[in-house]
Amino acid sequence: MNNQGLSTYFKFSSVNWNNMWGATWETLWMTVVSVVLVAIFGILLGLLLYETTGSNNIVIRGLNTLVALFVNVFRSIPFIILIVLLLPVTQTLVGTQIGPKAALPSLIFSAAPFYARLVELAFHEVDGGVVEAAESMGANKWQLIYKVLIPESMPALTSGITVTAISLIGYTAMAGAIGAGGLGQLAYTDGFQAYNNAITFTATIIIVVIVFIFQFLGDFAVRHLDKR
Amino acid sequence: MIEFKNVSKIYQTKSGTVPAVQNVSLKINTDEVFGIIGFSGAGKSTLVRMMNGLETPTSGELSINGKRNDNLSKKQLREQRRKIGMIFQHFNLLWSRTVLENIMFPLELTGMSKSERVKKATHLAELVGLGERINAYPSQLSGGQKQRVGIARALANDPAILISDEATSALDPQTTDEVLDLLARIKSKLKLTIVIITHEMHVIRRLADRVAVMENGHVIEEGTVAKVFTRPEQELTRKFVNTETDTGPDEDVKPVISELLQKYPEGQLLQLKFHGDQVKMPIVSEMLHQFPDLQLSILQGSVRQLQDGSGSIGSLFVQLVGNEKDIKGALEFLRTMRVETEVYKHE
Ligand SMILES: Nc1ncnc2c1ncn2[C@@H]1O[C@H](COP(=O)(O)OP(=O)(O)OP(=O)(O)O)[C@@H](O)[C@H]1O
Ligand SMILES: [Mg+2]
Repeated sequence: MNNQGLSTYFKFSSVNWNNMWGATWETLWMTVVSVVLVAIFGILLGLLLYETTGSNNIVIRGLNTLVALFVNVFRSIPFIILIVLLLPVTQTLVGTQIGPKAALPSLIFSAAPFYARLVELAFHEVDGGVVEAAESMGANKWQLIYKVLIPESMPALTSGITVTAISLIGYTAMAGAIGAGGLGQLAYTDGFQAYNNAITFTATIIIVVIVFIFQFLGDFAVRHLDKR
Repeated sequence: MIEFKNVSKIYQTKSGTVPAVQNVSLKINTDEVFGIIGFSGAGKSTLVRMMNGLETPTSGELSINGKRNDNLSKKQLREQRRKIGMIFQHFNLLWSRTVLENIMFPLELTGMSKSERVKKATHLAELVGLGERINAYPSQLSGGQKQRVGIARALANDPAILISDEATSALDPQTTDEVLDLLARIKSKLKLTIVIITHEMHVIRRLADRVAVMENGHVIEEGTVAKVFTRPEQELTRKFVNTETDTGPDEDVKPVISELLQKYPEGQLLQLKFHGDQVKMPIVSEMLHQFPDLQLSILQGSVRQLQDGSGSIGSLFVQLVGNEKDIKGALEFLRTMRVETEVYKHE
């Protein structure tokens, strides 16, 4: 058992730093790539939810129900189960079931629906009067979206993606436990399974630092975007 | 010309049907300022929002310059909207854009080039007196300044029609007057039809040529502002007119007038009524400046606040002595300054 005492946390001489930086890089890669893709898919899905809400058209209402169902289902599946569930999908999409790339589909499937809800909420919070003013000036749907909805909800979209990014960092660690690589895998195999508490501890610190950096960047961006 | 023919708008809501506009027939002439006044819920917004297709009539016809306006395709509607500017009670500016960028917004929609956009928007910002603040964000502006941006934005595409839906209702009396002054300047400088919605007669009097009074979805009275002010037919209209012009019960004024007429038998006895900012303006001294041969004595004066705090009314009794031409000129001057003037004759 792993019961050699608290001082083992600080036996940094037993840490292989090459592996540690490699794993850090993998975690960062998984996080950044999935955040970008989640942002794209989340905004598209959120837009779809927003645009189809409260329509009188039966087809559109059906579409809304369908998308909402999809979003709610994927939001409620625990991540660790979602990875396993999506293994065949991952194999088809990426061609492999291990490594950082293989983590992407499940990361996106679980975080994009979550972000989509935040996006929908952010769009609904845009002042209806402003939307109407743009309409009264002759804006078409696309102009309304990229000139009004997105810029006017930018702070909410940004803080939303920050929250999402931070949970994605957590997810990458979980994905690591089943072979995605990164700090999660390192902490699990080289730390937990090899009774090396210093590795687990170091991986933890690095993850916390990454989370702090994302939070800081997000807060900074929101402060600068919000001219209200 | 904008023409409503028997237009109705009935909303279906969960709690029943709401007849917001009922059988309204109305003609608004090209290049006039048309006021629509009524209490909250009278249907004013619903009526004007049909002009730019924000609402569609349930029945009846709406045409602009002889062309039907209530059955346009989406694309035609967007084209049409570019020719109709609108300003709103709550300004509806994009907080994420600077003053200049807000004014450029409608120009971007039409695909105008960047340099032309900047040029035009800068010019408009100057027109509304915000040339110095083009890089400010709406949150850094006062209410009056925000509404100026709203006005500049509404004018960006050189509209043929400008709709103002309670544009001054969120502003304090002084700022209201500033915005009204700006609209008056636009009225004289640019050729366009202005439709003004308000619940303050003061706004109508300052700007409008003709006015319609709405109640419960109906237009209950319509006519030139002068006519509606002097000979209101409906109870509601009288109410609006009274909140605006009453300087006290008639019984108080009559003895004063006859006393004054007796005391000062020469020349013309005038009662001037000043509204809002006019109270503070040197209108009388400007008049004397223009007609230096006139002799004026001030007989009695008072200033009082309106009950609802929407402004002040000044009343001034003066005696004018001079030749007929000068007196006529002075009265004309007062009229252009929109000072309400009553002439009391000697029996
Ligand atoms: N979208 C809507 N659905 C249902 N009822 C509506 C809708 N819009 C307006 N109404 C109703 O129609 C009536 C007229 O409203 P409208 O906004 O035109 O009045 P208004 O004269 O502009 O009032 P205000 O001075 O308060 O702006 C009101 O009873 C209002 O509740
Ligand atoms: Mg209204």
